[in-house]
Amino acid sequence: MSDKRIFEIYRYNPDVDAKPYMKTYEVELDGSERMLLDVLMKLKKQDDSISYRKSCREGVCGSDAMNINGKNGLACLTNMLTLPQKITLRPLPGLPVIRDLIVDMSQFFKQYHSIKPYIVNETAPPEKERLQSPEDREKLNGVYECILCACCSTSCPSFWWNPDKFVGPAGLLQAYRFIADSRDHEREERLDNLEDPYRLFRCHTIMNCVDVCPKGLNPSKAIANIRTMLVSRAS
Amino acid sequence: MAMAIHKYDAVVIGAGGAGMRCSLQLARAGLRVAVLSKVFPTRSHTVAAQGGIGASLGNMDEDNWHYHFYDTVKGSDWLGDQDAIEFMCREAPKVVYDLEHMGMPFDRNPDGTIYQRPFGGHSAKYGEKPVPRACAAADRTGHAMLHTLYQQNVKSNTTFFVEWMALDLIRDSEGDVVGVTALEMETGDVSIFHAKCVLLATGGAGRIFAASTNAFINTGDGLGMAARAGIPLEDMEFWQFHPTGVHNAGVLLTEGCRGEGAILRNKSGERFMERYAPKLKDLAPRDFISRCMDQEIKEGRGCGPNADYIELDLTHLGGETIMKRLPSVHEIGKNFANVDVIKQPIPVVPTIHYQMGGVPTNIHGQVVVPKNGNPNTVVNGLYAIGEVSCVSVHGANRLGTNSLLDLLVFGRAAGNHLVETALGSKSHKPLPANAADYTMSRLAVIDGSSSGEYPQDVANDLRKAMQLHAGVFRTQKSMDEGVAKVIAIDERAKSLSLKDKSKVFNTARIEALEVGNLMEAAKATMVSAAARHESRGAHTVDDYGDTAENPLGRNDREWMKHTLWFSEGNRLDYKPVNLKPLTVDSIPPVKRTF
Repeated sequence: MSDKRIFEIYRYNPDVDAKPYMKTYEVELDGSERMLLDVLMKLKKQDDSISYRKSCREGVCGSDAMNINGKNGLACLTNMLTLPQKITLRPLPGLPVIRDLIVDMSQFFKQYHSIKPYIVNETAPPEKERLQSPEDREKLNGVYECILCACCSTSCPSFWWNPDKFVGPAGLLQAYRFIADSRDHEREERLDNLEDPYRLFRCHTIMNCVDVCPKGLNPSKAIANIRTMLVSRAS
Repeated sequence: MAMAIHKYDAVVIGAGGAGMRCSLQLARAGLRVAVLSKVFPTRSHTVAAQGGIGASLGNMDEDNWHYHFYDTVKGSDWLGDQDAIEFMCREAPKVVYDLEHMGMPFDRNPDGTIYQRPFGGHSAKYGEKPVPRACAAADRTGHAMLHTLYQQNVKSNTTFFVEWMALDLIRDSEGDVVGVTALEMETGDVSIFHAKCVLLATGGAGRIFAASTNAFINTGDGLGMAARAGIPLEDMEFWQFHPTGVHNAGVLLTEGCRGEGAILRNKSGERFMERYAPKLKDLAPRDFISRCMDQEIKEGRGCGPNADYIELDLTHLGGETIMKRLPSVHEIGKNFANVDVIKQPIPVVPTIHYQMGGVPTNIHGQVVVPKNGNPNTVVNGLYAIGEVSCVSVHGANRLGTNSLLDLLVFGRAAGNHLVETALGSKSHKPLPANAADYTMSRLAVIDGSSSGEYPQDVANDLRKAMQLHAGVFRTQKSMDEGVAKVIAIDERAKSLSLKDKSKVFNTARIEALEVGNLMEAAKATMVSAAARHESRGAHTVDDYGDTAENPLGRNDREWMKHTLWFSEGNRLDYKPVNLKPLTVDSIPPVKRTF
């Protein structure tokens, strides 16, 4: 049975294009292409100028995030069976485009760095490991697994409007990862850092982040947890 | 326009586990360090490691580094250097505790200590029984470790050059390495990095094979750079097949599955590893298990309509254990095999996973080459750490969990060595005139081509040839054919053509440059393999079977030695294995049974 797909791909190469445009490709699948990334690689054989990032092809490195038929996702985890005949690919929304499906992620990482994404514990370390109970370790599950693909933050209207001031769901999920870690000693400072009309409170619980996360994580819940902490320490 | 020159004390090429463990050490000491990476640091392939980090913490059962040392020497099939292996196994607990102090989210035991699981080839009391030695964060240990190391580098203000591809080493007239050329992918421009020291931490070249667990970025860039600069590659014939790559997808399923109790079964549901390895069973080392699986398939006991795979059965572990300890395995089964591993076994085949060989180094990470009769003369200004290097702790076969350990131990050791030898107070050696000429001429060929083949077409033929001629079981005849094929493909790779000649983020151009590196790794592998007339570890040749003199085909009298392959003329040289540990007795070679 023939399986022909029509791709509309956002194209822009600043070296040669005055402005971005959508280009149409047709590709016949032979059944060996399980994921969207497999088909993109097939398309690149047709046209070697199509540009996108890729690496692990199994959803752990976070390279190939893109906007697929209007929804952010990873090409390597998007099964072709879940896609219709016509597929529109655009770069992640809200970030400057470098070329084709490749965006400039500086702003995204700047926000990630702004939450001090590292454990702070100035007490002299013991000779062996710092002990942590399984219950305390459990609090990091659903949080530490983030792959920094930016699917969530670039699907968030609050991040589109204020990418310089709103930390965004990915950064806030990681902020919570350190707040929740029993080994960290800067919980109060971390909360201070987020107590601001923009940094945390621009989240309007639209929940796009939860909807698109390719790892099934829930930034919205982490944000709610931080809010609760801020409220409870104020009262 | 004059070419930009960036000046640093040290330039680390690659931001995986080894590169970032090293850069952290350098940045903490206040040295000016730049880390170049083709991808954002947390996208490096260390992120895909699943099972754990080997260290004899003894948190769950009695263990000590002597057992770990013995297992690693035996695992290496006596090709590993025993000084390096002792160093690694002794340092192991320390680097794991360090990582925990950095915030690594290890799983925990009820008493709060780090959770450890059994792993292939790791035993207590010198092979008596499996021991839990793999320090794990669920089945996402590499992800947790890589992110932790990146976070610490952020804290220490390491300078990263993200999406820069290093191209060529710059050596001066004395042969010292004084810098490196690199291409900024966003602009397509080449710069020079002028450094007192260059550290290769570029990972392996797993993409020289058609079916590989490796990421697309694993194209052996550091191997290519070293080979082009006249530095030999050591023991490249030794490539690890991981027993459990998902059939038809290549994606890795951690050995941690079997560490948690999963079982390999043939078509009649038999736990066949009991026949081959009565003591360690499904937890024998990887080379051994891969051969047994291939044997089962060859003898008609494979599963599926084509009898071409083995089944990994996790169903008896229960949903709770699987979701707690192996959540990614569950996800991978669903995504890449349409299998719910809680309910059904999953089809697997041995799949290329790890390169045991690499750029020869000593235990400080310094690159060493034969010169004036000394096989281990230091190349000033050049270090190699992690999978790109061959120190050699893995010898002819690596044990699971020893790779993450290798990254931590030798990344840290190289950093410490540079700090201790006062890199900061040394001055830069001058760059030679026309330091970037070689690089620019290589680029000019690619940019100026009007005819020739697509890089990926050539690379695909290469991968097919390697898969066919350098597999789990090799024969002399097939390897000789492989050499001829690879040399023919190398000729084709000299005239690659791109349609797209633009500069901004030209991924086709990057891929063409990567093919040059793949070629060096593949030639090294094929030529070294065809020349080694014995079976040892992952290099299993049907022509050399089990005899009294040569147990399992291993010929210690003639072949207990390291291969050194030079790119120029595909020349081979050899150097002795170091059988002398640092402080303990040597482990003498015996027949490897499990």
